Amino acid sequence: MIEVRNITKRYGNLTAIDRVTFRVEKGEVLAFLGPNGAGKTTTMRILTCFMPATEGSAHVAGFDCADQSEEVKKRIGYLPETPPVYQELTVFEYLSFVGKLRGLSGADLTTGMDRVMERLSLGSVRQRLIANLSRGYRQRVGLAQALIHDPPVLILDEPTVGLDPKQIIEIRELIKSLAGSHSVILSTHILPEATAVCQRVVIINGGRIVAEDTPDQLSARLRRSEKISVTLKAPPADVLDRFREVAGVEHVLATPDPHKVLIECALGKDIREEVARFAVRNDWGLLEMKPVSMTLEDVFLRLTQHEDGLSKPDTTTEINQH
Amino acid sequence: MTPVQAIIAKELRSYFVSPIVYVVGGVFLLTFGFLAYLYIVFTGAQAIQLMQMQGGTAQINLNDLVFRNLFASMRFVLLLILPILTMRLLAEERKLRTFEFLMTAPVRIGDIIVGKFVSVYLVFIGMLLMTTLVPLTLALFSDFDWYPVLTGYLGLTLLGGFFLAVGLFASSITENQIVAAFTSFGLLLMCWLLAGLGSLLGDTSAGQVVSYLSFMEHFDHLVRGLIDTKDLVYYVSGTVLMLFLAHRIVDSSRWK
Repeated sequence: MIEVRNITKRYGNLTAIDRVTFRVEKGEVLAFLGPNGAGKTTTMRILTCFMPATEGSAHVAGFDCADQSEEVKKRIGYLPETPPVYQELTVFEYLSFVGKLRGLSGADLTTGMDRVMERLSLGSVRQRLIANLSRGYRQRVGLAQALIHDPPVLILDEPTVGLDPKQIIEIRELIKSLAGSHSVILSTHILPEATAVCQRVVIINGGRIVAEDTPDQLSARLRRSEKISVTLKAPPADVLDRFREVAGVEHVLATPDPHKVLIECALGKDIREEVARFAVRNDWGLLEMKPVSMTLEDVFLRLTQHEDGLSKPDTTTEINQH
Repeated sequence: MTPVQAIIAKELRSYFVSPIVYVVGGVFLLTFGFLAYLYIVFTGAQAIQLMQMQGGTAQINLNDLVFRNLFASMRFVLLLILPILTMRLLAEERKLRTFEFLMTAPVRIGDIIVGKFVSVYLVFIGMLLMTTLVPLTLALFSDFDWYPVLTGYLGLTLLGGFFLAVGLFASSITENQIVAAFTSFGLLLMCWLLAGLGSLLGDTSAGQVVSYLSFMEHFDHLVRGLIDTKDLVYYVSGTVLMLFLAHRIVDSSRWK
């Protein structure tokens, strides 16, 4: 449904995105994950024909974003980072305007408006001026705008920013319900969001795609060591070095909490007994010990930090081949 | 409803829910009425003087003494007022981030420009229609020639269209409405001053070209009741040129 091949976008000397390639199948929900300034919005703007790529090609539903932008625009619903609402209009007037711009009229327009207002529970505010709505409602009006013509492709730039937890869950449910019938790309820098709603995650950093996989596989592939978190009542100053003496320990990492250390060992090994015995023998006051599983948050941090040269390259070489 | 119609309807709605139209329209009508009052009273005083000197009834030409002066003064009023109407048209879209939405909707840029121009033009024509109360009431009490009044109104309509197109262009280059308003003031003042430069250069070919470029002379013809194709071409082509430039600016903003 969406096919992006080697697109590069340069603003003068600044390369915003660099040879980005990915595909989204029909009915698939793809998360675009990356820190601020990674190139998520730029990629989305190219897909929505807001601006052309410097190099490479992007196709939506078989139409070229650069040459057949009219056709592409008809098939896309786009929610930019800031909900594009006209404050001086009521919700009803705004949606009716958007519908007409999208070429809807008569019964199509009415059903389209009723459908999105029901889906996003906007019925109670339909006659209110958008200027008087809360951030959460404006965001929902923005989403309604993207959905009104029931487009096969949805591009949502940070759709849950500024919403309260209840609204976030509602919006995620909505996006999940769109899967299957719609192809969705959503950008986010919130990792649980990507795992919660998406079938596939593309991680982008510094304008480049650094990983692409399902959320589960992404963390499985990165989980190359077992980690244990150990909390001690009275750790000695050289606690990190002392733990390295224990057989099987590969790395010992400090944490912001001086009483807590992270111990890594090879995948599939369990060294908890040895670690516990060692701590007790030295009388450090073992308070807590638990295995730590790698969350997507870690995945994300490792991937992106590597790009900054902060993390060891060996953990990411495998991912970079994508 | 075509996209252009939808844009016109939305823009009109935006104008009338905001205070801009009421403030600008109010100031415009007040100035028009006040100026008309001044010229009429002044003309009346002159008539009395004439009667005292010549005795009997004096023939006063309302067209020359009231309407020509009134329309000539309105040029300047329009120059000050119309940029305020147009400054929001595109600058506000950029500022409020609705620009991206418009550009990704399946609407041609030309439709957006035309829709916005037509909406503000309709607002202006509405304002202008309300001023016809002045000649209509005057017609009850006096005799004057309607023809130059009508061509004067045609002149104001054409001039206003040109000013609005300049304003729309100025609004396309910035996201700051104040900058947009001042840019159109600047452009229009320059265009006005070309007339001065033209008369300075005299009857040389350069002088003629420069004079032609200013909107002053063309307006004077119309106010005097002369409909010359040259003047119509000037206003229409000027308006179209400014709209075209606005189109190019909006289009090129995608490439930055």
